Amino acid sequence: MMNTSKNSNNILVIENLTKIYHSKDGETLAIKDLNLNIKEGEFVAIVGPSGCGKSTLLSILCNLENKSAGNIAFPKKDLKLGYMLQEDTLFPWLTILDNSLLGLKVQKKLTKENEDKVIKLLEDYGLKDFIKKYPKNLSGGMRQRVALIRTLATDPDILLLDEAFSALDYQTRLAVSDDVWKIIKKEGKTTIMITHDIAEALTMADRVIVLTSRPSKVKKIYDIEMDDKTTPINNRKCKDFNKYYDMIWKDIDIHV
Amino acid sequence: MYSNEHKEYLKKRKKRKFLIILTQLLILIIFIVGWELLAKYEIINTFISSSPSKIISTIISLYKQGNLFKHIWITIYETLISFGLGTLIGIVIATILWWNNFIYKVVDPYLTVINSLPKVALGPIIIIFFGANMNSIIIMALLISVIVTIITVYNGFNETDQNKINLLKSFKASKWQIYKMVILPSSYPTIISSLKINISMSLIGIIMGEFLVSKEGIGYLIMYGSQVFNLNLVMSGIIILMLVSIIMYKVVSYIEKILIKHD
Repeated sequence: MMNTSKNSNNILVIENLTKIYHSKDGETLAIKDLNLNIKEGEFVAIVGPSGCGKSTLLSILCNLENKSAGNIAFPKKDLKLGYMLQEDTLFPWLTILDNSLLGLKVQKKLTKENEDKVIKLLEDYGLKDFIKKYPKNLSGGMRQRVALIRTLATDPDILLLDEAFSALDYQTRLAVSDDVWKIIKKEGKTTIMITHDIAEALTMADRVIVLTSRPSKVKKIYDIEMDDKTTPINNRKCKDFNKYYDMIWKDIDIHV
Repeated sequence: MYSNEHKEYLKKRKKRKFLIILTQLLILIIFIVGWELLAKYEIINTFISSSPSKIISTIISLYKQGNLFKHIWITIYETLISFGLGTLIGIVIATILWWNNFIYKVVDPYLTVINSLPKVALGPIIIIFFGANMNSIIIMALLISVIVTIITVYNGFNETDQNKINLLKSFKASKWQIYKMVILPSSYPTIISSLKINISMSLIGIIMGEFLVSKEGIGYLIMYGSQVFNLNLVMSGIIILMLVSIIMYKVVSYIEKILIKHD
């Protein structure tokens, strides 16, 4: 109660989250007493050593997995979450429009009005000519845009991006993350992004959260403040870019 | 317009394809003509080897007696019923096994045992249980096709991309929605390829069954021919069977083309 009144801007509060994986050979403590607050409208990136349980965190938020202990609270109201995965996961047997409408269809909210809204999104973001096409006709970047629109179609309060750009080659990846960032900012969505790419995290996010290796908890939080901050691609040229990069690199502390 | 090199390439391709088909036809023609000549000059004994011309006249006389299409139809009819039932029951059981992992774990060893058992061995039991009639033949073929279908389709269901399932779960999809929207459509190719296996399996089962009990059908023609030592009839039966199986396989391949149009 005290927590929510103090940070009235929080829309997601995670307290003492713990996750244990069980298998025949024993148990693994993936997350231990993780605490995290997310403010409305902010873009948060979560980085950490590989295998630290970043994706587990998102899976728990999405109810794909059960938590072992702790508390996940939405102080304002029961929020809708939109999940975007590493692979674009477009269904090859559905047209771009049908793929975009998938979430609405599952939630039985497919009205003419919602459909028009999705068509408008597709048109706004340069997919007008591909509405009746199948995913194989699209480039990697376009597919990722469709995947984002599919998530946006259900009008989520928080977007969860799970290594959303990892499957793309480097050039496309920079362009697509720039693209996706612009769309997210334009639609004004609160976003939590999981990534292993430090540069991607600090150029896209307002806040970068560094997790420890397993069992993971929050190690450090950076508010990314660059004087000449604009879009992700341009942010790479900022003079503060290297400063943050070095700090986060040291925090993650990778030993080869 | 294409470059000369490309035209040359296309020409080469066409020539190669033509040569392959030509060679295939030549082998067939040499085989048939050779067989006929060897029979004609009595180098081989037509009593046990028959000959192409005798096979043709046997088929014509079957047609004139009005029996040819009756036998063909009976075999196709039985095959289609066992094929349809095998596919349907196979998919339903595979669905149940996918739906409930506990049932799958329990049934798994039994499936393996039944699958490895040569189903022909069950022939005598089936005849005793269901009588020497068409039912036995169909059940025989069904046993052969259904187990393979269950295993193939179940594996197809299980190979569905977990990311796609997770995506639907993130939209809070029910298990039925996941089945209907991801599992089934992404297993289409597997199901279709199991149809191809199934149509051959069913035909094998039907012929086997007809060997054991029937009074009509292509299997009966072959069996009867061998019992009265009429090799012309036996060979005719085999030729007809070959044609029937090719046609049925082609029909399934055609259906496959229609169903998987996005690839």
